[in-house]
Amino acid sequence: MTIIYFLIGCSVLLALIFLGAFFWAQRTGQHEDLYTPSMRILLDDDDPDAEEK
Amino acid sequence: MPETITHVKPSCYHCGDECLTTSYQIEEKQFCCQGCRSVYEILSGAGLCSYYHYNDHPGTTRARTDKRFDYLNDPVILAGLLDYTDERLSVITLYIPQIHCSSCLWLLEQLNRFNPAIYYSRVDFLKKQLIVRFDPKTFSLRQLAELLYDVGYEPLISLQDIIQKQNKAEKGNLVQKIAVAGFCFGNVMLLSFPEYFGLSGYEQTFRHFFGYLNILFTLPVVFFSGRGYFISAWHNLKKGILNIDFPLALGIAVLFLRTAAEVITHTGAGFADTLCGLVFFLLIGRFVQQKTYHHISFERDYRSFFPVAVQIVAEGKEKPVPLSGLVTGHRMVIRHNEIIPADAILLKGQALIDFSFVTGESVPVNKTLGEIIYAGGRQTGEAIELEVIKPVSQSYLTQLWNNEAFTRKQDNRMKTFNETVSKYFTIVLIAIAVGSLLAWLPFNYRRGIDAFTAVLIVACPCALALSTPFTMSAALSIFDRNFFYLKNTAVVEQMARVNTLVMDKTGTITTGRGKRIDLSGELTGDQQQLIYSACVNSIHPLSRMICQYFGALEKLPVAYYQELPGKGITATINGHLLRIGSGKFLFGYFTETKLVTRVHIMIDGSYLGYFTFLQEYREGMERIGALKSAYSLYLLSGDQDHERDELLRFFPDRGHLHFSQSPQQKLDRIEALQLQGHRVMMLGDGLNDSGALKQSDLGVAVTDDVNNFSPGSDAILDGRSFHNLPAFLRFSKDTVKIIHASFLISLTYNLVGLSYAVTGRLSPLVAAVLMPLSTVTIISFTTLATHFAAKRRNLI
Repeated sequence: MTIIYFLIGCSVLLALIFLGAFFWAQRTGQHEDLYTPSMRILLDDDDPDAEEK
Repeated sequence: MPETITHVKPSCYHCGDECLTTSYQIEEKQFCCQGCRSVYEILSGAGLCSYYHYNDHPGTTRARTDKRFDYLNDPVILAGLLDYTDERLSVITLYIPQIHCSSCLWLLEQLNRFNPAIYYSRVDFLKKQLIVRFDPKTFSLRQLAELLYDVGYEPLISLQDIIQKQNKAEKGNLVQKIAVAGFCFGNVMLLSFPEYFGLSGYEQTFRHFFGYLNILFTLPVVFFSGRGYFISAWHNLKKGILNIDFPLALGIAVLFLRTAAEVITHTGAGFADTLCGLVFFLLIGRFVQQKTYHHISFERDYRSFFPVAVQIVAEGKEKPVPLSGLVTGHRMVIRHNEIIPADAILLKGQALIDFSFVTGESVPVNKTLGEIIYAGGRQTGEAIELEVIKPVSQSYLTQLWNNEAFTRKQDNRMKTFNETVSKYFTIVLIAIAVGSLLAWLPFNYRRGIDAFTAVLIVACPCALALSTPFTMSAALSIFDRNFFYLKNTAVVEQMARVNTLVMDKTGTITTGRGKRIDLSGELTGDQQQLIYSACVNSIHPLSRMICQYFGALEKLPVAYYQELPGKGITATINGHLLRIGSGKFLFGYFTETKLVTRVHIMIDGSYLGYFTFLQEYREGMERIGALKSAYSLYLLSGDQDHERDELLRFFPDRGHLHFSQSPQQKLDRIEALQLQGHRVMMLGDGLNDSGALKQSDLGVAVTDDVNNFSPGSDAILDGRSFHNLPAFLRFSKDTVKIIHASFLISLTYNLVGLSYAVTGRLSPLVAAVLMPLSTVTIISFTTLATHFAAKRRNLI
């Protein structure tokens, strides 16, 4: 049953990674504008040399 | 009879407006004006015609003339506007009011195809903002503004942009706190299950392991997520206020200490999951409360519609000067559609000033040379020259704004239900807790402490703290859907309590679009043309409205023309003698039968009838008049009392109508009403109402375009929804009733919990079930009840 100690450690670590990912998304402003990306995705990329910076 | 032309006019390929001429045409595509055509040319030249594929007529009309961005070269202004700049990169956020569809989004994010010096452009659709990164060495901000202007997306750069950058509020990290609390809540709940469902004898080591892990998880919840409650409770306590944060902080502290004590002494499992859940739900409630509507700014003041710079004439040359550099004696040039930023004397040109921002009156006012023009007016027509007599900071308008009513703290506002209740709640809670401690102490001190802490835990007013934010946010979204935008949740409660409505007239209860014009008498087509030809020479507002009434007729050559200011026009056209003007002007002696504005017409000595100018009241004004049984209705107008009789239909009696009020008088009247014990809701639109709006218990700005300037207020009401005002008032009362009901529900849960708690036998399982159950009940009750109430008031 001691394996449970290890498993709980793993699950907490995994959850912490998700928490960290959320913090990262928050800090890089991914939650600031939740509406525009839903429109942007509908627009075609007709220009191959439009570059992202 | 004039010929009627009935063929369908084509619509502009760019903006969709009707094309009145066929002179702007490219490849069978029609355009309504040169502006629209040139936008198309620019777009097709850059290979960006996909713009037109996403939507039909995606542009906005460009029938406007020159626009100067010279001032954007000024390094002081530049520094104020740019978000960031260094040698090779500048970042700017621009407000672009024209953004309205996916084509706009597409085009504005392709700016780099116009000029490679633009690295990146991103649109925030709801905020109508464009963020651009560009190379300042090869491309200036001015060029950027000109490019945007050329493609039909003129950025709105106002004085506020510069000021706002300096005092940008720090963003709270509430979302992060919620994330941490949620993370810990989830883990603690899983780790607590074995304890609740029982562990066999040989698994006892796990019990301690889980317990310590739980304590570990509660640490960030208490010291990071819950810190705000301790700080707030402490600050309020120092000021001698018992608000809801105090019992919350107490509850959190007791939960934590008891959990730690039980786990460390191996006497129990503690209440770790109740603690985490409590903080998590509380923070969510706070988040819901804070969630305001980003697409409308309530912090706009006069600065947000003043330009950043103004053109002045010095040594025969025009040059831009930042508004702060404008001093007395400067000679400024104001063009069509520009705003006069400082009080000034008119030196040159025909001034026809639209003061709708200041007074709400939309008909332009004629000013003669040498007259003082106050700041805030918008010139329509040709360019004029003015001499500044007062710097911007001392102009009449700014003085008005700096009145103490604007700067005063809003602490005289009514207390919300929550604030009132939480004080008594806290006292009762502590009394019960201490009472049960004292009752148990003589028999069993351990049980006494158990009971004491259990009471504080179970009665922690979690549901109480949640009921208000959730009800209010549901109500807010209902109002939002009906074009009534509230500044924050407390406004709903304030609205439920008002008993007096005070209304401004022009622009508030009348439409901003101007007056209704009626013709009494019959005119033939030829006569119409004669009158049109005479009136078109005049710039008097009434003449212009008569011209608009007739539409575009052909103008006949005028042989003789004379206009007497304030009286009327005498003209000779095609051998006919026309006299158009007031009754006194035409007949010598004349008294109007009614107090209305009329323009009489006489051609060749025969009287043909008159035009009547009536204010058009907003739709639903009758319904608001019907409120007079429940509310006291007052009118505070800056205008003359022309329409007193007509307004008496809506208002109780003459004593409730006040005309010719200055902004200060309006403010004073509101204050006088408040001193008589009235709780006043003020509805106004212009800057002249802003003092009264601030002074009142609830200030509502009425506007036809919510993105336009409106005075600072607690709520913004779109003119389209004006008729819903009675429904809004009733709905706000419903909302408060829902809050009371949800408070009762939460009390019931607390009483059930308390009956366990005072016996000292509260098990962690009961607490863990009771707490989320009450939260879920409250949230679903408030959401459903608000929905039904809105349905009953026909708001959804």
